[in-house]
Amino acid sequence: MSVTHLGMPTVPGKGNIVEPSPFPQVAELELGKIQMRTNLARATSTIRGKRLARVAEVPNWEELRDHGSAVKTAVMDRLPELLEQFEHNVTARGGHVHWARDADEANAIVARLVEEHAPVLDTGRREVIKVKSMATQEIGLNEHLEEIGIDAYETDLAELIVQLGHDRPSHILVPAIHRNRREIREIFLREMPDVDPDLTDDPTALAEASRKHLRRKFLSTPVAVSGANFGIAETGTLSVVESEGNGRMCVTLPETLITVMGIEKILPRFADLGTFMQLLPRSSTGERMNPYTSFWTGVTPGDGPQNVHVVLLDNGRTRALADEHGRQALHCIRCSACMNVCPVYERTGGHAYGSVYPGPIGAILSPLLTGTDAGANDTLPYASSLCGACYDACPVKIDIPQMLVRLRNEDTETKARKTGRLPRTQLDAALTAASWVMSDGRRMAVAEKSLPLAHLLTGPEGIRSLPGVAGKWTHSRTLPQPPEQSFRSWWKKERGTR
Amino acid sequence: MSPQTARAEVLARIRSALRRDDAPAGSASAEPSGPAGTSAAASAAAAQVGPAPADPGPHPDGDALIELLTDRLLDYDASVSLLTAAEVPARIAELLTGARTIVAPHDLDPAHLAGLTAEVLPDSADAPLDLATLDSVDAVVTASTAAVADTGTIVLSGPQCGRRAITLVPDHHICLVRTADIVNRVPAAVEIIEERGLVEHPQTWVSGPSATSDIELERVAGVHGPRTLDVILVTG
Ligand code: SF4
Repeated sequence: MSVTHLGMPTVPGKGNIVEPSPFPQVAELELGKIQMRTNLARATSTIRGKRLARVAEVPNWEELRDHGSAVKTAVMDRLPELLEQFEHNVTARGGHVHWARDADEANAIVARLVEEHAPVLDTGRREVIKVKSMATQEIGLNEHLEEIGIDAYETDLAELIVQLGHDRPSHILVPAIHRNRREIREIFLREMPDVDPDLTDDPTALAEASRKHLRRKFLSTPVAVSGANFGIAETGTLSVVESEGNGRMCVTLPETLITVMGIEKILPRFADLGTFMQLLPRSSTGERMNPYTSFWTGVTPGDGPQNVHVVLLDNGRTRALADEHGRQALHCIRCSACMNVCPVYERTGGHAYGSVYPGPIGAILSPLLTGTDAGANDTLPYASSLCGACYDACPVKIDIPQMLVRLRNEDTETKARKTGRLPRTQLDAALTAASWVMSDGRRMAVAEKSLPLAHLLTGPEGIRSLPGVAGKWTHSRTLPQPPEQSFRSWWKKERGTR
Repeated sequence: MSPQTARAEVLARIRSALRRDDAPAGSASAEPSGPAGTSAAASAAAAQVGPAPADPGPHPDGDALIELLTDRLLDYDASVSLLTAAEVPARIAELLTGARTIVAPHDLDPAHLAGLTAEVLPDSADAPLDLATLDSVDAVVTASTAAVADTGTIVLSGPQCGRRAITLVPDHHICLVRTADIVNRVPAAVEIIEERGLVEHPQTWVSGPSATSDIELERVAGVHGPRTLDVILVTG
């Protein structure tokens, strides 16, 4: 725990947001997976191209980004009041609002609701259907439910492939991108009890198999769990943005709907959707609009679930909020654009980041939620070449490169404080990262493509260039400068001398 | 710890994180504040942000707007026809050739269904059909609230669009869009939803039939929602 100036401790989040081993080690391993790298490179470059085309169609894209960013800033400034307003409106429309300090508390709330509303089946177990949600992956909900006799069925095609393959998602948007059609066919044949044994590996046939497999569940399962893309304070409205219709099934057909939503997902007004529903689909899948978006407000008699719950999740978000620079990471609308443009992510894949939040946003969000001292989360801020592509792509203009630099600084100074050694200079930090990059030809290629560390080499030490191989990095583009105020002096000012 | 403690503690953590000196740790109200205490928050945030960017144009209208929407819908593999109200029943009958049973919202104008030989099951929140019935019908016919030409999006909300389940479970959706309800970009559709008092009603925004690109990024139409979407644009 660390201490803010008001004396109230900030509390780190827990769950699937921790990198178990240092990023370079995991990345090394993942880089050896040829199929993963090939598929991912193809996916990211395809989505990147689509996104650019769809964004270029919008003449006021930059204005929309600015507006989206300003709305999110205002949300953070007024978060307590907006959450109370949201709660008031959900409750007034017959919904129930729960608050969860951390992953364990959220899991316990959902488990209790499922036990109250889902019957025990002949198998002796309970069942719920789920629509893909980052928040529930973050808290490890499925694993928790499984332990206490509740089977949670993922209904998104990719998540179904991941779940049936006893696997982990590799991309937040196309989580099964590391699997080829042949493998998917084999997984279906092995894991779907009712599947046609003559199933081919044609994607249309595979999608049809999942439609059949899930249909009975949609029509008969009384409890569903979802995440939410937005929660509207002014009305208490929740929304799920999706493609396949499984989200609609989950939020419409069951009697009980439980939505787990991070406290940062609030938007003030319904009218804000005019901006965010332009920003999100184009940035995410590179479509003008996603096929289906559902909005619901509390309970509507005769239409949809009559027992509606929302769990508001902290789990480290207030820790990130307390960092007035890191706070921006909470503006994220989970579009995945920053991943698709990231040269490091394109090569290492999502698994290398450990956390459910991969790519550039994961490299800042995971350590902000947990602190750099959780697992190997201190290595995540180095998983970047600081090329700035993520910032350019981000629909809400989160300055990820700037925050990576701050977190690196925080990391080196935290370690120095712990060991009692002098803090490492930024040059040391740069060289640590550089030695990893330079030790491998593939990584060098990544580095050269995006000019990685030059700005770290222009620190107060006055070193302007390195001889030899690093020299060519000094032809440049504008890169974020190290923070004016060092983390150490910020720490002193905020927390007093200790 | 009690649920109330979690609420108070999360709110207190947020206030502390925001350096709210006016609300030191632990002082977050224990009960949900009434409308008076919180109803101003969203408006205050909106005032802080200022107006959303205006539609930058171009501003197609009339035929150009219809053409744009048609183009987008075709791009999503929906079928599109542009007809007068008088021509609608024959077109619906044609699209439903061979259908035995269909469902329609109780509040849909019955004139649209005049040419049908199929049995029409009416559905409403007061007299909802069960899921097994919805799963067995051949198609559903509904009206719509608004359509966004720029994105090919159709907004379904309110009695003429029916309960959400009826446009979800059947495999074939025939959707009527009044050309007067077509707008250029997303914010204008949001305005219509607000003007018609539908914000707190359930809404579905549909942009083409359901689709997935989850397998090797190959687009496959039709996963769980209706696999066939026929849009009829109605003039006048
Ligand atoms: S940080 Fe920005 S670009 Fe990355 S997922 Fe979040 S909103 Fe999208």
